[in-house]
Amino acid sequence: MSVDLGLSPDQESIAELFNGFFSNEAPPAVARAAEPLGFDRELWNKVIELGAPGMGCAVENGGGGASLGDLVVVAETVGRSIAPIPLIDHLAALSVLTDADLVAGEAIAAVAVRPADANGIWSLVPAGAVADVVIGVDGDETIVIRSAPPMSGPRNHGSMPLADRSAREGTRTILGPASLFEVVLDRWKLLTAAALVGIAETAKELGVAYVKEREQFGVPVGSFQAVQHGLADLPVAIDGGRLLTHKAAWALDNVTDGLIDWANNEITDGPTLATMAFLFAADGAIMATDRSLHYHGGYGFAEEYDIQMYYRRARGWSLILGDSTSVGLSLADRLFGTVEG
Amino acid sequence: MDFALSSDVVEFRDEIRSIIREFVTPEIADRMHTTGVFDAPELNLELGRRGILERACPGLAKGDPIEMYVMFNELEKAGAPYDGLAVALMIAAVVNKLGTDEQKERIIPSIISGEALVCMGYSEADFGSDLASIKTRAIKDGDEWVINGSKMWTTLAQVAEWLILLTRTDLDLPKHKGLTMFMLPMNTPGITVEPVHTLGTEITNATWYDDVRVGDEAVLGDENGGWRTMTTVLAFERGVMGGTNAGVPLLRHFHEWAVANGVFNEPTTRERMARSIIDMQVATLLTMRSAWIAASGGMPGLEGSMTKVFAVEAYQRASGWTQATAGPAGLLQFHEEGAAGEGFVEYDARHSPVMSIYGGTTEINRNNIAERHLGLPKSR
Repeated sequence: MSVDLGLSPDQESIAELFNGFFSNEAPPAVARAAEPLGFDRELWNKVIELGAPGMGCAVENGGGGASLGDLVVVAETVGRSIAPIPLIDHLAALSVLTDADLVAGEAIAAVAVRPADANGIWSLVPAGAVADVVIGVDGDETIVIRSAPPMSGPRNHGSMPLADRSAREGTRTILGPASLFEVVLDRWKLLTAAALVGIAETAKELGVAYVKEREQFGVPVGSFQAVQHGLADLPVAIDGGRLLTHKAAWALDNVTDGLIDWANNEITDGPTLATMAFLFAADGAIMATDRSLHYHGGYGFAEEYDIQMYYRRARGWSLILGDSTSVGLSLADRLFGTVEG
Repeated sequence: MDFALSSDVVEFRDEIRSIIREFVTPEIADRMHTTGVFDAPELNLELGRRGILERACPGLAKGDPIEMYVMFNELEKAGAPYDGLAVALMIAAVVNKLGTDEQKERIIPSIISGEALVCMGYSEADFGSDLASIKTRAIKDGDEWVINGSKMWTTLAQVAEWLILLTRTDLDLPKHKGLTMFMLPMNTPGITVEPVHTLGTEITNATWYDDVRVGDEAVLGDENGGWRTMTTVLAFERGVMGGTNAGVPLLRHFHEWAVANGVFNEPTTRERMARSIIDMQVATLLTMRSAWIAASGGMPGLEGSMTKVFAVEAYQRASGWTQATAGPAGLLQFHEEGAAGEGFVEYDARHSPVMSIYGGTTEINRNNIAERHLGLPKSR
């Protein structure tokens, strides 16, 4: 044990493999073609060949036995490419599900990130439009439902396969108390944070490439200090988000009875760090896409340019959990205890 | 990645914490605000006596950048006056790297014992960010150098034993190449110190040099190699000697006050507090990254710029919202009845603006990031 803030050689290989895979198989045209549903079955079938759907599952369950740090590396590549597949939701659901068809990726799992309403409906489940299995909370229980996916849903900002799903109709399994779901949601927040870091990274690259090429007044617009300084904040937010996300993964994997000693800035509690990473990465992705789109000038607003797809997903992927004030207050409850009365 | 400190660093940290408990008393924290000197001699001496300064100094003993980060992070989080120590250790490291054997023997022991402080004469009234244009002259006269000119922001000059001084020695060379660095005792005849009072309580100085005479023994690094000495200084600082977690004690003080006054249940306050705590975590992770890069043999200059931009603005955000939230109580100063956070809320609102200036302005750091990280063309 000692401080090591680099990726392991294995993780370097994972990053290379998945970045290579997505840049070959899922260039932005693929995400564009998959709109508005936001799902490409063919691409999902190809990630199955990589063993990605079950890579976080235990080897004895037929999975790859990858650590959360490894999954964070994969999730960031999903964000970089905005690949239209629900890999993050699936990997999060499989923190507790071990069904063979899910581990193999033959069936897709989604996470109902908000509890079911009084009628047992999980509203706007991310990946709910395409998932064969949904895990979430209904009342005081963690429920797993198998039912036919609608394969359609409301058109939305992030072109995400959202749908309402019933927590009561279909093959229903009571997995345990509602508290069991926390580990799933922590993993969903963690991996979504990593994907948002990936979105910010690509937004930065698109913006920087554009301002180097685009000329006004006879010089690249990237030579203007006002533009440079707006872009200079992006790598800071990206690196900060990446470090915090990896720290959360490290803590979830390695730390029991972690600290929540905010008064001395000593926080090693995994679930707390996962929420912190989610909030920070969401802000970073929103800022990065906002600025990058802006520095594209009018073209950033044109559908033809890719930055607008990142801009919409930065907001879609983060807002689906709930408004950021509510998420921020849930973090406050963890840090300071809940408010009495 | 692994975020756990090794067991010997944990032991080191615990020793620092126990020294802080004993030596960083409320009286000492108070004294820095009444004297304007951000230094605690008794703390420095204890750290020196225990061999901790020697252990932490780059190039000496262990010189582990992770330990350096841990030491200053602990001091900063505790609200200790550590500015003097940070400068002294940084300069000790430069002397160790670039100094002659005679200079090392003469200068370093006085610093790592915790006895001597160093003040830095770089900026001038007309040259801050454009440092390489400074005009203070050093002219060879036989075996001696004669120095004339003036410096600005010579913080701690009123208590320091040593002065590190950037001068121009050759007017014919390009501006970065005609500079020479000197390291001389502050009691050398011809030096005048005049205090400059600041918004953040700290007293800095303007210093004048009138026919100050020193020998070659005072030249630190090569003649006309002053810019290299300067970049060595900055490389040792690496952004790991504090200055990145100043919001932590502020949040602690604010929280105590807010709870005691029944205003901590406000959702807006709780959310802002939670977000500032995220900022403080990110700031410390970025700082730790610089330390880790240095520990792995790298030079985290660019990462230091990134850390400083983020950490300083995070602190400024925190001081902004805590004061605004406290209302009139956020206006009251130390020792005034009802002052929010015992006066720290008001103090941090005065102190935080300087952080985006000294040690490289936020604009200079953003230039660095834009040019060296993003590969954008030089804009000036």
